[in-house]
Amino acid sequence: MSDSAQADENAQASPPVRPNSELLNRIGAVGGLEAAACYGCKKCSNGCPLTFAMDLHPYQVVRYVQLGLWERLKACRTIWVCASCHTCVTRCPNQVDLPRLMDQLKQMVIAEGAPVEESRTLLFHRLFLNEVLKRGRVFEGGLMGRYVLKTGGPFGPEAKQNVALGWQMLKRGRIKLLPHGTKDRRWLKALRRVGKGGAP
Amino acid sequence: MKAVGFYPGCSLEATARDYLESVQGAAKLLELELSEIPDWNCCGASAAHALDHRASFNLSARNLALAQSGPQPVVVPCALCFNRLKTAQHELAQDRSLLLPEIAQMLTDQDAVQVVELNSFLTSPEMIAKAEAKIQNHLGGLRPVVYYGCQGQRPPAVTEHPDYENPMGIDRLLQALGAEVADWPFKTDCCGASHSVGRPDLVHALVGQLYERALQRGANCIVTGCQMCQANLDLYQKEIAAELGREVYLPVFYFTELIGLALGHKQTSVWLKRHMVSPRELMSQTDLPTETWERL
Repeated sequence: MSDSAQADENAQASPPVRPNSELLNRIGAVGGLEAAACYGCKKCSNGCPLTFAMDLHPYQVVRYVQLGLWERLKACRTIWVCASCHTCVTRCPNQVDLPRLMDQLKQMVIAEGAPVEESRTLLFHRLFLNEVLKRGRVFEGGLMGRYVLKTGGPFGPEAKQNVALGWQMLKRGRIKLLPHGTKDRRWLKALRRVGKGGAP
Repeated sequence: MKAVGFYPGCSLEATARDYLESVQGAAKLLELELSEIPDWNCCGASAAHALDHRASFNLSARNLALAQSGPQPVVVPCALCFNRLKTAQHELAQDRSLLLPEIAQMLTDQDAVQVVELNSFLTSPEMIAKAEAKIQNHLGGLRPVVYYGCQGQRPPAVTEHPDYENPMGIDRLLQALGAEVADWPFKTDCCGASHSVGRPDLVHALVGQLYERALQRGANCIVTGCQMCQANLDLYQKEIAAELGREVYLPVFYFTELIGLALGHKQTSVWLKRHMVSPRELMSQTDLPTETWERL
């Protein structure tokens, strides 16, 4: 099907958008997140280094928040592809904090238990955060080991790549063999209590 | 000896050991005593801010609390740790409500801590003059582009970096040390950071562009002040070059390693040996003394 035929079909298939400010209000309640301030200049998206891998441009994410299109936002890759390089918020004339907005949306997706297409990114974040909340510091060797085991096991393609790289790094003294944490760990218990990976 | 606070961060304990060792070496040469924050914890990095805002905020708040009574400023070699500490300070100034009681109790003087990125601190005019006065090996023949990355500069409302679109500190330092620094407009482009694990294809695409742009400017090496940038530019160079279908030979130095090299630190080759892309071939073509590269 040609692109224009596809576009016609989409136009027929999707019902008109009815703006709903519930999402905007919910996000506006989080300190410092003023998605409503966006007037659509697209500077964020022109400067974004990762648009080539995104299904929505950054300005579209903000616009969808304004319109309340939660179903489309929660299924998008963009919020997971954003690398938080802060080029967008630096150049935004209205100081819309897009990286923080993307993070907030991620946390809402997780809280809702919705499926995440970029599952490896989520897995890595989860393993990393667990590591921090357990010992207070990250043990990179253990973290990568767990990641490899959860993505195809010790003989999967991820393992092959990472083991080869790991060996090269080990030879160069760049892998620590034992974990190391903070001495005081009482505060971690309190942090684990609230740190369930959901929205505040 | 001037004492400053020091927050190393997790990766400097392992994958970026070369960075830590060269930071310690450079500090000694520049007469600085690095006073490590007692019992510091991980900043939570991308994982915490992506998944749990409150955890991210409290992790950095605890580090600020631990740094309150120590020497100031607190210098931070990792750009992301720096960014998280500054972000927490920015939020604390507006709203303390998400602080855990345990951490709120510790954090009695949140404005006491002056968080400074190591590369800004070591490239002040005074520091550059100090380094220049101790040069043993001119860095002529090294034609670097300097790659600062994202987190040290942006967003300026948080980092308070004066030259966030075109930082010049490391450029000036390296010029003073005799390197032939090439200018390029990609100093603060993104390397993809932690995508190296879950979406390595994204890192390969971004880093591949950086290689091509560096080579276009006639650079023969890249210098950075961030261990995520160093890792992404150094670890996968062979694979990315194959994907680009061209030869790429660009050793990736930390600016602190080049301070050690220029000021004659004896351990410099130990640090450089930890790199994936060996700088031996490059260094052997310069006027640098043979003993600086023969063991690489």
